[in-house]
Amino acid sequence: MSDQPPDRPDQHQPEHTQPGHPRSNELYSAFPSNDAGAGPGSMEAHGLVDEEDLRDDPMQSSQDPAVTDREKPRSLWQDAWRDLRGNWIFWVSSVVILILIIIAIFPGLFTSVNPLTCNLANSQQTATSGHPFGFDTQGCDVYSRVIHGARDSITVGVFATLGTVVLGAVLGGLAGFYGGWWDALLSRITDIFFGIPLLLGAIVFLSAVPSRSVWVLVGFLSLFGWPQVARIARGAVITSKQQDYVTAARALGAGSGRLMVRHILPNAVAPIIVVATIMLGTYISLEATLSYLGVGLKPPAVSWGIDISNASGSFRNAPHMLFYPAAALSITVLAFIMLGDAVREALDPKLR
Amino acid sequence: MGRYVLRRLLQMIPVFIGTTFLIFYMVYSLGDPIAALFQGKAPDPAVANQLRHSLWLDRPLWEQYLHYMAGVFQGNFGTSFNGTSVTSLMFSAFPTTLKLTVVAFLFEMIFGIVLGVFSGMHRGGFTDTFVLLFTLLIISIPIFVIGFVLQYLLGVKWHIINPSVSYGAPWNELIVPGLVLASTSLAYVARLTRTTVAENARADYVRTAVAKGLPGHRVVIHHLLRNSLIPVVTFLGTDLGALMGGALITEQIFNIQGVGYNLYQGIQQQNTDTVVGFVTILVIIYLIANLLVDLLYAVLDPRIRYV
Repeated sequence: MSDQPPDRPDQHQPEHTQPGHPRSNELYSAFPSNDAGAGPGSMEAHGLVDEEDLRDDPMQSSQDPAVTDREKPRSLWQDAWRDLRGNWIFWVSSVVILILIIIAIFPGLFTSVNPLTCNLANSQQTATSGHPFGFDTQGCDVYSRVIHGARDSITVGVFATLGTVVLGAVLGGLAGFYGGWWDALLSRITDIFFGIPLLLGAIVFLSAVPSRSVWVLVGFLSLFGWPQVARIARGAVITSKQQDYVTAARALGAGSGRLMVRHILPNAVAPIIVVATIMLGTYISLEATLSYLGVGLKPPAVSWGIDISNASGSFRNAPHMLFYPAAALSITVLAFIMLGDAVREALDPKLR
Repeated sequence: MGRYVLRRLLQMIPVFIGTTFLIFYMVYSLGDPIAALFQGKAPDPAVANQLRHSLWLDRPLWEQYLHYMAGVFQGNFGTSFNGTSVTSLMFSAFPTTLKLTVVAFLFEMIFGIVLGVFSGMHRGGFTDTFVLLFTLLIISIPIFVIGFVLQYLLGVKWHIINPSVSYGAPWNELIVPGLVLASTSLAYVARLTRTTVAENARADYVRTAVAKGLPGHRVVIHHLLRNSLIPVVTFLGTDLGALMGGALITEQIFNIQGVGYNLYQGIQQQNTDTVVGFVTILVIIYLIANLLVDLLYAVLDPRIRYV
């Protein structure tokens, strides 16, 4: 009789999730697909190139499997970079994200109109010269608000992802490395957080907080997002902890700190990066949803979620008010999700 | 099998306690429910104290929690501020949301799997490219935007549906809200199915089945699909809880008076009993759905055994 619950037959999760909670959060991976949008045959082509490399290599010998395959073995990162370089999705999404980041940092470069200077006389008017996207109900310039809205959305996305990853990786990584009671406790805590639907938790938690700055949102998302990363980090650390090179390093006298930083971290960080890139897109979308529900950012903050929420009432009379912020939001989320997908494809060793 | 289920049920207990306490604590910290009850008007201190005492609000948090939980196990979820018992609120709200969830779940399952199988079978073809682009688009558009656009186009502009769902939520009015609720998950299911089907389509047993001369639909349904469904079932099972929680937005857009509506009201009024009660039920549904998925594996794949 085995005490081990059966393995998840879900083949699309290279990370080791806890049994009982498979894919329990859609943040986990945007695309379960292996080859979403890859140019046909790009993977195979790389495989062929690699094989040729091997055959040319005089060092390889069938008698001694311990000999390295190449004189200079490529690391996972170099491999991933080779993959990414040839992927047009990676380049397109990177360029879009770069532009978005520039917009977020220097909105003044793209518009000289103040998003908070509004003239009610212009209420809900369509595009005129100098105001390409028209005006909203308060008579504010929609184009300027779309440009200025990028900052809060991207700040929330980037910093919430950062917080989630740091918190989750440290807690989950330590639990995986040391095991024992801390591991058991952490697993139960992650279970508790997974049991609360994110949206419900957000509404309950955020209505309790009087000030809703960007940083409160970042804090909330990190607080409720870290268990997911912790679970993945824990699995990845447990897997690499059992590898021979870790045993070898330990036998050579390496301490726990050195083992963790030099040997385990570089090998466990790939799955975390994959989740993080996909999380970015999801968090940006979530920020808008929360602002729409009235528990996210509050005016006078300028955010796409607030604008969409305001526009939803008079959508019938002035569809342009809803269309532009919604389009900006969708393009941003799309860019981040596509980047996450490309990175996942490049880093997932199962696809090699 | 029995032991496995028992162990899983035991594991649920700490999760259940932790989740409910966390929600209880957060709602408790929302502020003074009595002040919320009087909506900003200053109540008579004697009345306020009387109310506070009768609602156990003058005791420490853990005592309140224990008192509340004792009630829950006797089937008493407390009383909302307007005097209706939370249980009767639940009886009016959960069937509505359940109907919406069922509609969404059917959409997700049928369209997701069919789209996924079609594109997985013809990889690189026109259908495949279309499905990939379509799902990518749906994933990146927030659900409330999809809801508004569909409501505007179908309800306001073309008069195909009623823009808001009437009281009692008849099935035919739930079709479009169900589609909106299902949209994101539908895209995930289609992509997941596509990947597994594409992987398994090259498997030896499929080639054997084709070589034996089996008709195409038999190969797909009996051989290919059965082997490809496990990851999809996993996703669908865990998504059930997410759908019921996510119904909040859809219910708000289409004015459906279900769980989301009541939860939102409860949070606005800082009504601990309503919020904790509804969330508790949602958590239980989520945990049970997870357990059922695990048990379903053995049905789909006889090689998986539980001891």
